[in-house]
Amino acid sequence: MKWFRRQLFYEINSLGINSLPIISIISLFTGAVITIQTAYNTDSPLLPLYTVGLATRDSIILEFSPTIISLILAGKIGSSIASEIGTMRVSEQIDALEIMGINSASYLVLPKVLAALIINPFLIIISMSLGIFGGWAFGVLAGSVTTTEYIYGIQFAFRPFYVSYALIKTFFFAFILTAIPSYYGYYTSGGSLEVGSSSTKAVVYSSIYILFANYILTQLILS
Amino acid sequence: MIEVKNIQKSFDGKKVLDDISVVFEKGKTNLVIGSSGSGKTVLLKCLVALYEIDQGAIVYDGRNFTTLDDQQKREIRKEFGMVFQGGALFDSQTVEENVAFPLEMFSPMSAEEMKERVNFCLNRVNLQNANKLFPSQISGGMKKRVAIARAIALNPRYLFCDEPNSGLDPKTSILIDNLIHEITQEYDITTIVNTHDMNSVLEIGDKIIYLKNGKKWWEGDKNEILDSDNEEVNDFVYASELFKRIRKASI
Repeated sequence: MKWFRRQLFYEINSLGINSLPIISIISLFTGAVITIQTAYNTDSPLLPLYTVGLATRDSIILEFSPTIISLILAGKIGSSIASEIGTMRVSEQIDALEIMGINSASYLVLPKVLAALIINPFLIIISMSLGIFGGWAFGVLAGSVTTTEYIYGIQFAFRPFYVSYALIKTFFFAFILTAIPSYYGYYTSGGSLEVGSSSTKAVVYSSIYILFANYILTQLILS
Repeated sequence: MIEVKNIQKSFDGKKVLDDISVVFEKGKTNLVIGSSGSGKTVLLKCLVALYEIDQGAIVYDGRNFTTLDDQQKREIRKEFGMVFQGGALFDSQTVEENVAFPLEMFSPMSAEEMKERVNFCLNRVNLQNANKLFPSQISGGMKKRVAIARAIALNPRYLFCDEPNSGLDPKTSILIDNLIHEITQEYDITTIVNTHDMNSVLEIGDKIIYLKNGKKWWEGDKNEILDSDNEEVNDFVYASELFKRIRKASI
């Protein structure tokens, strides 16, 4: 179990912590753009200004952070997983594991899937927080919204279930974006060309499955 | 000792191994020779169960590998050491981590004992001061030596080497060949080496089988191969100008 613990922490760092900078930047600026665009589109005296905060909050929590960030992660870590495992396959490193009597699939894939299941919900919570913060900071800076209205908006009609819904989705997406690339990497055969092809397939299929799962989960949970 | 009994292996209907029977003896360096595409690597991969054979049996010291379940096979595999053609070292691990890997997975050793064993294995393959280097930072010959060190870390009963000196200069090739031969005798293990290098054949071939088109054409040792009357073997052995000259000189 010592090796498993070590691999798990390695993958948490590699798949999760190392993705934090890109997730932070994207969340911060997406929050900002959502706020400014919402303010621009709701420039009507009939609509209260706090709807800007409300719309930003709901967009970020319900869709942007769990789904779009997972799609971004499918691109970033999906290709990395598929090419890492694929390269191990074509350079006979997986054969070396098998010959040592090690179950290579469980050694290579399980820590990655488990690491994503553990760390991705935290990444998504950070993304939500930064997205909402970015909306406030840049919205106020651009003069699109006031602090008071924005804070009121993000608290207005808030249902904590939205966060649970987002985290349930995140959990499923974390499984998809590690298991599918692992599959494509593990069953790579040939050389570097095939590793590249597996990597592309991994990103394409995990993105499609995430979008499909998003639809099914939304239908199941919200309807 | 490994007994191979009438094994057959096909890919997409094409026979790659055809009714091969041979006994690989303990304490000897057993060589499988043949030109590229003769079935050497497939035979080796069948022996270590990376490929399942279609027919026949492989018996490891009385244990019929083909009839065992996955768990039992995995237990026998722990007695294997394998040196791949490209080394197959784990890129993300340093030299010492690569050698320590099987120990970490399967031995109850403490960290201190493990370190000692790793250093012993690296010394055994004459590789010092490389512990902290990554595979990408060492030469091809060093990679092969690290692969051998990793293969012997758990004191294997069976050592498999797939073209261990391919891509190496003649001097390093001889070093690697001699290392494999010494380790075989020192630990009294059954070693099988795939090669098409005639220098290896004459250096370490305690027992040699010659494959062509998936069939065994000849069996003997390094003293018999140069005088073989088998035409196929002669074609292979005396393919190079050097060996043609040796034959001419000896006549």
